[in-house]
Amino acid sequence: MLDMTPATVAERSALKINPAKTCQPVGAVYAALGVHGCLPHSHGSQGCCAYHRSHLTRHFKEPVMASTSSFTEGSSVFGGMANLTQAFGTIFEMYNPDIVAVHTTCLSEVIGDDIPTIISKGREEGKIPEGKVVVHCNTPSFVGSHVTGFSAMVKGFVKYLSENTGTRSTAINILPGWVEPSDMTEIKRLVAAFGLPSIMLPDTSSVLDAPATGEHAFFPKGGTTLPELKAMGDAKATLSLGTWASLDAATLLETKCGVPFQDLDLPIGLAATDRFIQSLQALAGVEVPTQIEDERGRLVDVISDMHQYLSGRKVAIYGDPDHVIALTEFCRDMDMLPVHVLTGSVGNAFETRIKDILADSVPEANVKAQGDLYLLHQWIKNDPVDLLLGTTYGKFISRAEDIPLVRVGWPILDRVGHSYFPTVGYLGSLRLAVEIISAIQERQDRDAPDHAFELVL
Amino acid sequence: MRKIAIYGKGGIGKSTTTQNTVAGLAEWGKKVMVVGCDPKADSTRLLLGGLAQKTVLDTLRDEGEDVELDEILKPGYAKTACVESGGPEPGVGCAGRGIITSINMLEQLGAYTPDLDYTFYDVLGDVVCGGFAMPIRDGKAEEIYIVVSGEMMAMYAANNICKGIVKFAQSGKVRLGGLICNSRKCDNEKELIEALAEKLGTQMIHFVPRDNVVQHAELNRKTVIEYAPTAPQADEYRTLARKIDANKMFVIPKPLTMEELEQLLVKYGLAA
Repeated sequence: MLDMTPATVAERSALKINPAKTCQPVGAVYAALGVHGCLPHSHGSQGCCAYHRSHLTRHFKEPVMASTSSFTEGSSVFGGMANLTQAFGTIFEMYNPDIVAVHTTCLSEVIGDDIPTIISKGREEGKIPEGKVVVHCNTPSFVGSHVTGFSAMVKGFVKYLSENTGTRSTAINILPGWVEPSDMTEIKRLVAAFGLPSIMLPDTSSVLDAPATGEHAFFPKGGTTLPELKAMGDAKATLSLGTWASLDAATLLETKCGVPFQDLDLPIGLAATDRFIQSLQALAGVEVPTQIEDERGRLVDVISDMHQYLSGRKVAIYGDPDHVIALTEFCRDMDMLPVHVLTGSVGNAFETRIKDILADSVPEANVKAQGDLYLLHQWIKNDPVDLLLGTTYGKFISRAEDIPLVRVGWPILDRVGHSYFPTVGYLGSLRLAVEIISAIQERQDRDAPDHAFELVL
Repeated sequence: MRKIAIYGKGGIGKSTTTQNTVAGLAEWGKKVMVVGCDPKADSTRLLLGGLAQKTVLDTLRDEGEDVELDEILKPGYAKTACVESGGPEPGVGCAGRGIITSINMLEQLGAYTPDLDYTFYDVLGDVVCGGFAMPIRDGKAEEIYIVVSGEMMAMYAANNICKGIVKFAQSGKVRLGGLICNSRKCDNEKELIEALAEKLGTQMIHFVPRDNVVQHAELNRKTVIEYAPTAPQADEYRTLARKIDANKMFVIPKPLTMEELEQLLVKYGLAA
């Protein structure tokens, strides 16, 4: 298992091995599932759509609905207009969603299909019934990553639907970024604790963590509703969580609808959650509720009590930029040493930000955007770590190097729980801290000789 | 079977030259197939006496992948076999992919029969993308002739096409057979193209003079050879056909730099 990875890092310019990202449309599908009554539609060949659906299903252990233009040889020559207009007819006849969210694929992008033209054609031909909504975004997989696709789809909803009616409501928009349904629920709980009315886009809670009721709902009860999407243009502010996943939509809400925004990190860890809570406090103009202060106190308590297990532990962190940034800061604040930090997504800003976070504690850390897990493995061979923090894809390195892995981020294909228990907020961060501590203690127990195998840790 | 592709700048007269040359070969008793690789589907119009052809891609779209050869292969002047790839409307789809699809389909359907002496591919304009290079990939066409004139942009396009040929020549059998000068009556045109050919390491295989009878023939949907068999221009095309038939000079071209090309024009008094 990955036994052949050499320790010597050779410069590579063209080859990625074990990439730390996947393609744009899967992000577009995930974002679209967070809109109520929305059917994601993949404008391309069937294989793209099948892969994205199954990958999301493997992560959430839930059915994922999406339709496809089913390109043939002919469509790739003549363009996909006929397929997409026909798809509109079939979709509204058979599944009757409120919204269809079209995203493109490599093939339709290379052909150069113009989706807005096809949507107008669909309306003209009556394939899109009156009152039904179709939005789109461009998601060629040869650009960016799954995070880019997520961001593009969220922006697409704003572009097509959010309107400023000339008034300002008291509501705030929350762009939660690419987080779990459980995280979205937790963020909404925190916002509500401040008495702030809010609209969250996307909101996959009660969609991809829907309870078993004995009946299958093609469109589960959760998700941002159409009236909410429109009303986002009237909100008094937007909190954009996670720069890579949310900033584009937040920026558009400001330029299009005049809604000012704050660009925040995902509220994972003590400091990032503090900043999020402070923003909520400023917007609500009230004291931080005692309940939330207590949650913070518990997190601080656990981190302090367990400091001996965390302090000085080397950790390798990898995954999507927004997660990795928040996780790196959290690990630093727990006195851990993030010595290797890597994302597969693009952005010099990522490297700058991580180096900034680690400037005082681990100035010599290996940091890379557009990296791959092969490089991460090589780094680890040269400078071993006590813990891996990232997606399921790290399990091969975990086995090869015998390093414990705490699963966090997307995707997690081989464990359950992430979609039900949050990692955001003080409570979510507490859960994550506990997982990290448990992994370290478990390893200590496993490796302890009999004379040092303690009952009490 | 000789497999020949004709390239050249848009509007240079590729289709006209190809069809007249093919008519010359066919009249002489050679068995020739012409594959038009242009979405406009006008590469076989003169051989068929009009745009009578249903294209491969239209057929594919209408009938699905279950296409019969005789639906797309039409007999033209002097038993030539005519195929048009066709392609999407301007501004949509992917014409390059269309050529790939179409040529693959012709192979699958067994259009390349052993009794053929020649297959000619008439390819749209410049080699703008991989699809338009399909006729020179994988040992499909093995000889390229570039139609050119003494106009700067035509020469520039010819040079660019040579760059494409070099790419595929290194990994395959495709070679440049020569330049066909389709005269625009530019100054020193013959000398200029001969010099260009020499620089490229090839030959000017024939100088086709300009003659209005070509236009007359085209208006009548015929090649010159069919429309005015005794006209001097018909003999020019017959000569070109025989020169191609006898050609033994196949090279990997040496494309010029922009500076070299400009120096050539200066030398022949066309630029300062």
